Amino acid sequence: MSNDASDSTSPASERALAFFQDEFALHDRSLATALDTALERQIDYADLYFEYTTTDSVALEEGIVKSGDRHLEQGVGVRAIRGERQGYAHSDDLSLDSARLAAGTARAIADETSGHAPVAIDSRGPERDLYPISTAPTDVPVADKVGWLNEIDRYARGKDNRISQVMASVVSQQKHVLVAASDGTRVADVLPLVRLNVQVLAADGSRREIGYQGAGGRFELADLQDPARWQTLVDEAIRIALLNLEAEACPAGAMDVVLGPGWPGILLHEAIGHGLEGDFNRKKTSAFSDKLGQRVAAEGVTVVDDGTIPGRRGSLNVDDEGTPTQRNVLIEDGILVGYMQDRLNAGLMGVAPTGNGRRESYAHLPLPRMTNTFMLAGEEEPEDILRSVDNGLYAVSFGGGQVDITSGKFVFSASEAYRIENGRIGAPVKGATLIGNGPDVLTRVSRIGHDLALDEGVGTCGKDGQGVPVGVGLPTIRVDALTVGGTEG
Amino acid sequence: MSLADPVENMKAIVERALDAAKQAGATQADVMLVESDDREVRVRGDEVEFVKQAQERGLGIRALVEGKDGLQTAVVSTSDLAPDAVDRMAAEAVALAREIAPDPNAGIPESGFATSIPDLDLFDPADRSVSLDARIEDAKQAEAAARSADPRIDNSEGSQASDGFARIIYGNSHGFLESYESASHGLFSEPLARDGDSMQRDYWMTVSRHLSRLEDPAEVGRKAAARVVRRLGAKRVPTCEVPVLFDAMTAPSLIGQLTSCVNGYSIYRESSFLAERMGDTIASDLVTIIDDGRLPGGLGSKPFDGEGQATRRNVLVDGGRLESWILDTYAGRKLGLPTTGSASRGTGGAPHAGTTNLWLEPGEGTIDELIGEIDRGLLVTELIGMGFNPTTGDYSRGAAGLWIENGEVVHPVEEITIAGNLGEMLLQIDRVGSELLWRGRTASPPLRVARMTVAGE
Repeated sequence: MSNDASDSTSPASERALAFFQDEFALHDRSLATALDTALERQIDYADLYFEYTTTDSVALEEGIVKSGDRHLEQGVGVRAIRGERQGYAHSDDLSLDSARLAAGTARAIADETSGHAPVAIDSRGPERDLYPISTAPTDVPVADKVGWLNEIDRYARGKDNRISQVMASVVSQQKHVLVAASDGTRVADVLPLVRLNVQVLAADGSRREIGYQGAGGRFELADLQDPARWQTLVDEAIRIALLNLEAEACPAGAMDVVLGPGWPGILLHEAIGHGLEGDFNRKKTSAFSDKLGQRVAAEGVTVVDDGTIPGRRGSLNVDDEGTPTQRNVLIEDGILVGYMQDRLNAGLMGVAPTGNGRRESYAHLPLPRMTNTFMLAGEEEPEDILRSVDNGLYAVSFGGGQVDITSGKFVFSASEAYRIENGRIGAPVKGATLIGNGPDVLTRVSRIGHDLALDEGVGTCGKDGQGVPVGVGLPTIRVDALTVGGTEG
Repeated sequence: MSLADPVENMKAIVERALDAAKQAGATQADVMLVESDDREVRVRGDEVEFVKQAQERGLGIRALVEGKDGLQTAVVSTSDLAPDAVDRMAAEAVALAREIAPDPNAGIPESGFATSIPDLDLFDPADRSVSLDARIEDAKQAEAAARSADPRIDNSEGSQASDGFARIIYGNSHGFLESYESASHGLFSEPLARDGDSMQRDYWMTVSRHLSRLEDPAEVGRKAAARVVRRLGAKRVPTCEVPVLFDAMTAPSLIGQLTSCVNGYSIYRESSFLAERMGDTIASDLVTIIDDGRLPGGLGSKPFDGEGQATRRNVLVDGGRLESWILDTYAGRKLGLPTTGSASRGTGGAPHAGTTNLWLEPGEGTIDELIGEIDRGLLVTELIGMGFNPTTGDYSRGAAGLWIENGEVVHPVEEITIAGNLGEMLLQIDRVGSELLWRGRTASPPLRVARMTVAGE
């Protein structure tokens, strides 16, 4: 047991521990006492999650920065687990007193008292830092962000006279977390998160179209402020808006679809990712339940969820239960080999946690969630993949998606797509929803490109009303016979 | 369950924040304080899966300072209500506002504040004393009823009961300072059914300001069970154009999407396909849409909006004619119109225009009668995905439902999309049913769109 932060942990972990000790007097001995309160009843496991998050957002529209918001979120969540039962209480008062009170509420799921041994906090922390930064994004002066947004506005308006509106916003977050658990775990982390959003409106005669592009991740805000980076992003938003001014009606029905690299990886997130989360499989409510070891994708398809990629939006040093994140192979050469687990579901299924226990905030229960989910590259040239399709759809950018875990049916909505005619890219078509069946869609992946790309860092995944930042990635792939929800029969 | 402090103490915190903002140099300020006490319990099978309890408070301070050509605005929010924290946050809001551009339209409203706080039947004090065990019992009854309704129901995502109590206090530098309390109680059940290779889930829920007005727990479970069992054996249909009937669960999403296109912010930003259509016929004459913030017992009811303005009844669409935008003070000033009392606001940001209790006026006919009138078409019972573009009206969503031939349901349908353009769909609404059931802040009876593209095999 130790009260100092001199262990072999990363600078981020040390800074976070020092922060909670200095600002809120959260020392190991007092954390252990709060956990002891929960364990006075017959409880298998209890944990405390302290959070202190500052988020600021500055937004421009109509050529001026109209708003600045700063939000401070702080609190503690206390959980007690017994078997499949969870007792959970949270308070927005970040203190040991409220942690103890909440522990008293959380333990109410068990009636029997217990003679447990006192919790011994054993100092642990992530030994790596996937997101080392020198300046917290929330410490970058607001004036700099205002100046930057004005520059973005001028640049966008100067690009094309059909651009009639520009909306841009920069969101900066710095989150401190501390997890302490009855098994002695004590882990802390500091998580930066930045994001730039640019939306333009293009008008031509009576037609209007929006183009959106965003980028972000766990890195210095200065990286986004590099003109080479944000100008590319603005150019992209403008290109999409202008392209959609020309878009024709989208075809309807089953057809061969080529997905471009990067963000179209949302296919994996919806079609198979959620279905491979431990909770649904432990309860056997997923279309993928009991399919471990079976073929769920074509040969050559390997899908991983990797929370350890430096600087990515979906990356974490440790998950929200203190388990270090890792690279988890979900599908290997077409065979289902693994699920994503948090502690509760891993324990009940008799497997190890995989570092996927995540929560939106102290006010939410941890759940098995994705981090960065992508398909490994194949060997084909993207041009050859397009050439292989006689008549179909080439979809390169998407909005959101959704899945019904139980039936396996999933959708994702294209925001930039083209007809493919005789192996060539044809006219752009209006956005349309694509729908498929998770357990078999990857068996119809017939070609895989060598051009794996990860997305720009804008994904937020929703589950049980909780949003968490995630990433996706995909090489160019061909999927045979996917249903495209256009209007042209 | 209770809200711990007397309302006077909370009002004093709001006054302190207003004073501190003024001291720091704010020309105008307004403050929102929200207190909540929430509880959720979920039962799955015979087991209590989780019990969740929380009391929270949030304070949002909007400070406006005088700039060269207008006011500069910033919002700071926190859950720390200690006096020194409140003072610090108010000063921070003023400092932040000085960095923001002056906007000639910014500012809190000058007049129109609620002069009385009518009792809108938003809670029953007796419900505060309901025990956790009683709500666990409700969830158990719903779960048991769902699980025993049919042998093919062998699993579930569980049945969940929730209670929430809230107090909202709003004050501004014009001297307005009022509060109101509300409650929300719910019961939700989501069973799974299996038949051969087909596994399906569906749900039913009941929500009310009063515990006593919730549907009977066993009834919730039975309705959820009936909805899931009828989905077993679902298949795709060939791509076609047919009449599409939206049931009372899915029709509200269409009304909600239309409403996002008459929101004042989308209008001045020119990002709505309806931006230049005020006064025009935008829907069939069967379509009358109302937003009423003072519906007694309504899940969206409140005596004043997020800027202290008296809430009211706004007719948005009357017999197909577009009659009103949805406006807060800012969007109103941008469009040269008064606010419609529709400022929606949490503690975390500036007000925005939003709806309260929004509904499509009912017509005639039960859902069975509406099904009986269709020769060949689709009844949509679930929609997934976000495939709607408010700027163009283009609409394309994933759907599940029931296939209709000669006025009768012949089989369930899944893995299809329905697509069209909302502008055309609204004009093609040729039937509106009678059933209006509130499960949230937006409700609609079943409605039929004469023709849409269904994409399948």
